[in-house]
Amino acid sequence: MALIKTSVNRRSFLKSSALAGGGLMLGFSWLASCKPVTEEEILTLPEEWFAINSYLKIGDNGVVTIFSPNPEFGQNVKTSMPMIVAEELDIDWKKVIVEQAVYSQEKFPGGAFGQFSGGSQGIRTKWQPLRMAGATAKQMLKEAAAQTWNVPSEEITTENGVLTHEASGNTAGYGEMASAAVQIPVPEEVKLKEAEEFTIIGHSKNNVDGKQIVTGKPMFGIDYQKEGMLIAMAVHPPAFGMTLETINNADAIKSMSGIVDVFPVKIYKETYKRGYFDTNSFPEMVVVVGQSTWQVMQAKKEVEASWKPITPSTQTVNQFGRDVIVHTPAELENTETHNSQIDELMAKPMKEARRDGDPDTAFKNAAKVIERTYSAPYLAHNCMEPMNAFAHVEGDQVWLAGPLQAPGVIEPTISDRLDIPIENIEFEMTRMGGGFGRRAYSHYMVEAAIISQKVNAPVKLVYTREDDMTNGIYRPTYKAIFRAALDENNALTAIHIKAGGVPESPLFANRFPAGSVDNYLAEEFAIDSNISTGAFRAPRSNFMAGAEQSFLDEVAEEMGKDPIEFRLDLLKRAEENPVGESNDYDAKRYAKVLKLVRDKSEWATSNPSISRGVSAYFCHNSYAAHVLDMTMEEGRPVVQKVTCAIDCGIVVNPDAATNMAEGGIVDGIGNAFFGEMTFKDGVPQKNNFHQYRMIRMSEAPKEISVHFVDNGIDPTGLGEPPFPPIFGAVANAMYKATGERQYNQPFLKNSKILG
Amino acid sequence: MAKFSLTINKKNVEVDVDPSTPILWVLRDHLNLVGTKYGCGIAQCGACTIHLDGNAMRSCILPIDKVGNQKITTIEGLSNHGDHPLQKAWIEHDVPQCGYCQSGQIMSAAALLKENKTPSDEDIDIAMNGNICRCGTYTRIKAAIKTAAK
Ligand code: FES
Ligand code: FES
Repeated sequence: MALIKTSVNRRSFLKSSALAGGGLMLGFSWLASCKPVTEEEILTLPEEWFAINSYLKIGDNGVVTIFSPNPEFGQNVKTSMPMIVAEELDIDWKKVIVEQAVYSQEKFPGGAFGQFSGGSQGIRTKWQPLRMAGATAKQMLKEAAAQTWNVPSEEITTENGVLTHEASGNTAGYGEMASAAVQIPVPEEVKLKEAEEFTIIGHSKNNVDGKQIVTGKPMFGIDYQKEGMLIAMAVHPPAFGMTLETINNADAIKSMSGIVDVFPVKIYKETYKRGYFDTNSFPEMVVVVGQSTWQVMQAKKEVEASWKPITPSTQTVNQFGRDVIVHTPAELENTETHNSQIDELMAKPMKEARRDGDPDTAFKNAAKVIERTYSAPYLAHNCMEPMNAFAHVEGDQVWLAGPLQAPGVIEPTISDRLDIPIENIEFEMTRMGGGFGRRAYSHYMVEAAIISQKVNAPVKLVYTREDDMTNGIYRPTYKAIFRAALDENNALTAIHIKAGGVPESPLFANRFPAGSVDNYLAEEFAIDSNISTGAFRAPRSNFMAGAEQSFLDEVAEEMGKDPIEFRLDLLKRAEENPVGESNDYDAKRYAKVLKLVRDKSEWATSNPSISRGVSAYFCHNSYAAHVLDMTMEEGRPVVQKVTCAIDCGIVVNPDAATNMAEGGIVDGIGNAFFGEMTFKDGVPQKNNFHQYRMIRMSEAPKEISVHFVDNGIDPTGLGEPPFPPIFGAVANAMYKATGERQYNQPFLKNSKILG
Repeated sequence: MAKFSLTINKKNVEVDVDPSTPILWVLRDHLNLVGTKYGCGIAQCGACTIHLDGNAMRSCILPIDKVGNQKITTIEGLSNHGDHPLQKAWIEHDVPQCGYCQSGQIMSAAALLKENKTPSDEDIDIAMNGNICRCGTYTRIKAAIKTAAK
């Protein structure tokens, strides 16, 4: 057992108190794991609750409420985080009620990112605090029992919510000791379990919200209702690079049925120093407020406004404590222009990010040079729940509710914009209908708060699908050239990567294959733009993985090697005798997922009717590899099966983790085949699903088989890692199926809508 | 505005709304039945699927004045205790990720199973192609439909 100091996190453990309860009953079946749902069990709520720390309270009858700190957007943290607490607490999972915690930096330390969902960091960063929360509470219960029974606390054992002192024959449920436990000082040190002792972690539990989801209970931001609530919708400029000049028919709009007001809204103060997640699309837009959604939708269509070009600007943005200068040009941008700008810069000298050995000489002396160019378009997030936010500003109090990944980062922005102190702002984090990075940029929360302040009423701001898709924080567009030098023995001597994009470079200079080749050069560039972009499920990796893994496939073929063996050879080199010092991956773990996927997919047994592609990648502290099996039916690629191997350390909730990996695979195949947003004179060229092609059921793999490496290492990311490499697996399988390499995403352009 | 009486989940309800109001917004804004979701508003995503006299229907393009006396069933009324075979199968397979698309998925699947007790994979694909899941839960949805069909 590991002794862990609690002091780093003591702030969240200090408050202990009794809370009023009420003998309510709660239908329980969805809390239990793997049970037939017909056997509805009823969990009786206690008369009194005892709050042990920010993460949990114990009822006098032994029922435990665990508060899940981070917002849930489908990654299963609302189930898996409480599982970690329950594990260390030694409570029967059937006696656990899970609630979404409120947002509170006081209760959940970690600054602005204490309750952040994104970057696949939730379980990784909360692993220790969640365990400590459970272990601390267990220790306090033990102390309480020790004092009551007058025995040493070390002799007390716990199991399934029961304390036992074997020698004296004493035994008590947690509920009986809860009132005494809250009086116990928070221990200085706690013991954490060894992985072999886990009985909840690693054992699949059903989604705690499963029953509410399948019965259509209100849980999402868009479902939020409040007495007297008005509906607001925005009319944003028609093109990036434009902003509002005037509203021309405000009186006519206000006279429409159910309409309360129409007015301009400036999203941020001009003087405000923005943070990284303050990205938004338009400086100012029109807002229509009314009684019901349909009335506001009708009025929104009738709004006539004049728009004007933005003025070009240079801003200093606080990028996680580092000042970064951001230039915003004023032109109306085009995809075609972007592409020619990229090509122009690709041909010029660019910023060197890493150089090992002597790549110039290696390429000069090469017997053969393979050079391939890869590109990817902008992508819209298309969360199924469009952006929305509830706000109620009453005097200097702000109450916000809605789907957001990062309440901590938008709080100061709202405070600045409304001139209301930060401590007067409260968030309720609703379940999110998807996030994928989009909801880390919650300018819509600011907008809702401004609107509520203006109309002096509770307001729900709802983006239509068109608003959501055309007021996006898109995945940037990227291009990369990969070059490989082979000597006269057909051995790889050098790799050269040039990568750039609008408005950022996708390059990760220190990732594989860096470290595995003697001569290596990585260079990059970026082009300023006024089209808003941001994190999209595995930012930059979601392009680089596909490019790199397609390229390695082609190099392997040129060298006459099996694609998996070729990668393993490179990784062996990186493990045994790495080139350079700043390689940011563990070659051994990387090789392990490739070997696992090779075995699980039975790579060696080839079936001539199936075309297979392999791909692997490291990002967000985890390793993922896929083998994708494809056939062609009526000229279209059909994904028969994906075999996937992942190393993300300890897997907390295996079935949910599998679901997440399956989702990443399906989402990745969809984006590889169809995902694309283009711009013409600043106007997004797709605004709804009749134009923006999404993967449909018939296009999903017929089978997905997910395997986790069992290594007992503390958990790392999972939401993102399976996503980037699937692009390469699709491209490599398509090559086998069609004889054509895929260089430009999306691979199936102009395919018809199936809806 | 006009008064309409509707039968929703076996109950009679009255609403006073603009006759062009889609049933989706009648349910969500006026009757507080928010299980039926808004995803696109143009019959492309299936999030708003309800049953109209037992048939799957995109409620986002169904104006209230076209309903007449056809009976509406929403996810809230699919079963009495959340125990429709599909709802049970959905939990058994732990289908949802974010969950937003799932009421629409279940309503589409329920309409399919009513017509076709033993759907093939292809039947399922055809019936479910109108329902988008950005989280990518399609393989589990299909497995759950097959479990429910047993
Ligand atoms: S909201 Fe009706 S189909 Fe999308
Ligand atoms: S579960 Fe998230 S969209 Fe389907």
